[in-house]
Amino acid sequence: MEDDAPVIYGLEFQARALTPQTAETDAIRFLVGTQSLKYDNQIHIIDFDDENNMINKNVLLHQVGEIWHISTSPADGGVLATCYNKPSDSKVLTCATVWRMPKELEPGSHESPDDSSSTAHTLELLCHLDNTAHGSMACVTWEPTGDGKKVISLADNHILLWDLQESSSQAVLASSASLEGKGQLKFTSGRWSPHHTGTQVATANDTTIRGWDTRSMSQIYCIENAHGQLVRDLDFNPNRQYYLASCGDDCKVKFWDTRNVTEPVKTLEEHSHWVWNVRYNHSHDQLVLTGSSDSRVILSNMVSISSEPFGHLVDDDDLSDQEERRPEEKSQEPPQDSVIATYEEHEDSVYAVDWSSADPWLFASLSYDGRLVINRVPRALKYHILL
Amino acid sequence: MAAAAAGPGPGSGPGDSPEGPEAEAPERRRKAHGMLKLYYGLSEGETAGRPPGSDPLDPTDLNGAHFDPEVYLDKLRRECPLAQLMDSETDMVRQIRALDSDMQTLVYENYNKFISATDTIRKMKNDFRKMEDEMDRLATNMAVITDFSARISATLQDRHERITKLAGVHALLRKLQFLFELPSRLTKCVELGAYGQAVRYQGRARAVLQQYQHLPSFRAIQDDCQVITARLVQQLRQRFREGGSGAPEQAECVELLLALGEPAEELCDEFLAHARGRLEAELRSLEAELGPSPPAPDVLEFTDHGGSGFVGGLCQVASSYQELFAAQGPAGAEKLAAFARELGGRYFALVERRLAQEQGSGDNSLLVRALDRFHRRLRAPGALLAAAGLAEAATEIVERVARERLGHHLQGLRAAFLGCLTDVRQALAAPRLAGKEGPGLAELLANVASSILSHIKASLAAVHLFTAKEVSFSNKPYFRGEFCSQGVREGLIVGFIRSMCQTAQSFCDSPGEKGGATPPALLLLLSRLCLDYETATVSYVLTLTDEQFLVQDQSPVTPVSTLCAEARETARRLLTHYVKVQGLVISQMLRKSVETRDWLSTLEPRNVRAVMKRVVEDTTAIDVQVGLLYEEGVRKAQSSDSSKRTFSVYSSSRQQGRYAPSYTPSAPMDTNLLSNIQKLFSERIDVFSPVEFNKVSVLTGIIKISLKTLLECVRLRTFGRFGLQQVQVDCHFLQLYLWRFVADEELVHLLLDEVVASAALRCPDPVPMEPSVVEVICERG
Repeated sequence: MEDDAPVIYGLEFQARALTPQTAETDAIRFLVGTQSLKYDNQIHIIDFDDENNMINKNVLLHQVGEIWHISTSPADGGVLATCYNKPSDSKVLTCATVWRMPKELEPGSHESPDDSSSTAHTLELLCHLDNTAHGSMACVTWEPTGDGKKVISLADNHILLWDLQESSSQAVLASSASLEGKGQLKFTSGRWSPHHTGTQVATANDTTIRGWDTRSMSQIYCIENAHGQLVRDLDFNPNRQYYLASCGDDCKVKFWDTRNVTEPVKTLEEHSHWVWNVRYNHSHDQLVLTGSSDSRVILSNMVSISSEPFGHLVDDDDLSDQEERRPEEKSQEPPQDSVIATYEEHEDSVYAVDWSSADPWLFASLSYDGRLVINRVPRALKYHILL
Repeated sequence: MAAAAAGPGPGSGPGDSPEGPEAEAPERRRKAHGMLKLYYGLSEGETAGRPPGSDPLDPTDLNGAHFDPEVYLDKLRRECPLAQLMDSETDMVRQIRALDSDMQTLVYENYNKFISATDTIRKMKNDFRKMEDEMDRLATNMAVITDFSARISATLQDRHERITKLAGVHALLRKLQFLFELPSRLTKCVELGAYGQAVRYQGRARAVLQQYQHLPSFRAIQDDCQVITARLVQQLRQRFREGGSGAPEQAECVELLLALGEPAEELCDEFLAHARGRLEAELRSLEAELGPSPPAPDVLEFTDHGGSGFVGGLCQVASSYQELFAAQGPAGAEKLAAFARELGGRYFALVERRLAQEQGSGDNSLLVRALDRFHRRLRAPGALLAAAGLAEAATEIVERVARERLGHHLQGLRAAFLGCLTDVRQALAAPRLAGKEGPGLAELLANVASSILSHIKASLAAVHLFTAKEVSFSNKPYFRGEFCSQGVREGLIVGFIRSMCQTAQSFCDSPGEKGGATPPALLLLLSRLCLDYETATVSYVLTLTDEQFLVQDQSPVTPVSTLCAEARETARRLLTHYVKVQGLVISQMLRKSVETRDWLSTLEPRNVRAVMKRVVEDTTAIDVQVGLLYEEGVRKAQSSDSSKRTFSVYSSSRQQGRYAPSYTPSAPMDTNLLSNIQKLFSERIDVFSPVEFNKVSVLTGIIKISLKTLLECVRLRTFGRFGLQQVQVDCHFLQLYLWRFVADEELVHLLLDEVVASAALRCPDPVPMEPSVVEVICERG
């Protein structure tokens, strides 16, 4: 079967921003934001037809500027937020805005016309996250389990918690905190923890990872020198509430237990350049995806620190049925942490990778030259995890 | 007698013939001669004028047996002239006369002798007759005597029996007297302290008293004796218990008590308890030597004290015990063994404490000598007390100490290595402070290598003492096998090399990834050191060890190749880390320079930015540094000496080819397309790729890291027109100077192209500078 072959989609512009549509659990859909200084930027909505191995795209115009970060509401499939550079004469300022996509492009609506790829739709502006007082927005992250009303944005050295009111048409700054210290402190990335009833957020600035409590906006923990160089990205283990993965310019991926931050639980050193992105699989947290500027995407199997360290317990009956088919499986030791696959379809730095929110075996990666690659977890591994 | 005397007379008669005995020999020879002649048929007449006496059958031979006077006379008459006849005649007459007189004297002599013999025989006859009479008389007398004697015996028989009985009674009485006197004697003996005598008396009397105790008088004696004996026993015991008496006296007491029938088991216990007291005193004095306050004597003295005091005492106790209580059988031996085990254990504990104090010191020879004494000393009681296992325990202690010693040396080696590293750090830090050239890296490397090697050799020599021939424990299986192979070779040497590699590797893993913790030069030096170990030192050191400690043990040892591989791996990691650290230093410079600048509102470039000059300077410095320790390495041969030409290709034609389309708004796709096509033909660049052990590879790695950082940083910024031009100028400048450091200059071109292309993409208003202007600016800067 050629099912395992990667599906490649090319954009006309450079691109850094990629997100799955979080609220969508049926269709496989990714959103990609482009970066172009000279032309109108676009948001490509990539629908992947798993059965026919086909890609269906819709383009939304994003005329306000080049997109550095994109995220979607976990509650409303039509709502998304972008961080973009406003073109101006002498200064570069990154703003954040919450948008709504046109009705016909919302997931589930099948009335989208066939010629949708040729016509560009426009986004409906819901509200600006006003950052005039706080500096450039680095990223926007939604409360993962909430009703899509709470958003955190990181602006220079401020962490801002917004309340979206009146069906997201108005953003009110609920609370904020800021980093104080010498030098220019700047947040690079942040994630909202799916645990603790959504009260914890982790941020990265320079080489430090900090945890915040959104109720008091105070720091909970701090991992100093988490990486030798800049920390590029973080992600929370979806099943183990204290586990956190981080990656950075020292080419490493580190796994942390936030209760004991002196030492990483595990360190991966597979990439040969900066690691820009790390993502846990939403369902099977042993699968960890990383993208790096060495143009590679690596899928690792971190069984030892996953929530299912020894895989599923297999019933004896099942085993006896399958014995003649897979005799080698009985003798298998508890699986070791390993690299499952290295994907080399990209030819430029990979700045974003993410899992599909609908199909846990599918992921997309985006490189700077605008190439989006959709890959699947190898079939053998998939069966191994499932059975 | 007369006959015997006469014997020689007639014998000597014919010898008196005128021929004489001296004439006989030639005569005989002549005879033999004659016979030969006869055989050959020669006539004898012509040879000699002598009468032909050679032929025995010759009838003319006067002396021959077949002499015929007629023939002789005829012959004479026929042959001889008258005068000769006359001479013969007179001669013959003279001879006859002489013979006559001889004959007469013989007859006379023999006759006299015969007469005297007859006389003698007659006298003898008379004498024998007398003697016969006397013999008869003797016989009768003897008969009389026999008769008398028989009678006397018969009469004395009776009395003899009585005397015998009396003698028996006398002996019995004496014994009785002894018995009656026994109490007083015993008392006296006890008073005088002659215990041995008393015990002997007691022993003699005991059986009798036992036998006749039903008789009241004997009973009384026995009671008395028992009282006295009890007192005796008491006194003996007292003496036995008194500590003052030495071991031999005590042994005597025990012997006496045993003879008195005291229960042996109790005595055993008491004996041992007493011995324990003394030995414990020895142990206490040993312990006192251990004590913290007095200056502890050296370990040799200590083991000497222990050996002579405690072990000697133990030997004495054991030997006298075995002598005294040999009858006790295995139970007694077991008791002694347990006793020896317990005290020996305490002794060992003390010795171990003392030896533990010794762990810190560096003097191996003294320790080995002390151990040797200790071990030697314990072999004697070991033979005596095989069951107690003291010798084994002692051997174990020695082994343990040897192991600890090995550990100590390993520790020492590690410390020495760390010390070397500290020295190197100081040396590396010093010249900067002094502002003048310090010792070069190569020199430092040689210093470190030689100092470590000398430390290893010193340790080997020190440890070698344990296996010296004259040391008593060196022939134990442990010291011949395991100690050499597992202990020295594996534990010490291999362990050290491994720990050295680990220490070196730990510099790679240290959290000081920001470069502050470890000076990069140290990384470089360690890397070279490990590489040298891989190529030569490891095998040298192991060969040295194998030679010094003839490893007989068959247990598996780490092969040289494994160690070499480890050293090489370490060297590689260190070098890779060096590249990372140095690359990071330059990266940080570039990154800061890109991030902190406002590229949108920058002015038209007039100069190469100072950062770029700094980058080139630093790269040159690194090049020099690496060149001190590593070889040049191989470059790709292409166009290595034509920087101008490659430059022009880079700045004009290629640049045109790549940027021109992006300025025309009509073709937004072309940028990507072209750069993708470009990439199709260029190999993927592994930024942090493994490094080879040469200068070019190291520099290539550093430059790759730096330029990739520059690329990534540029992509994160937005540039104004002049910002782009500045990047152009900077990249050209780097291109001018960096190509010479790398293995493949195409690599630098590619990366710098990419930087400029990215900057152009990040520029809303990309107007590149004229290549000629760029050149001019760069040449001016």
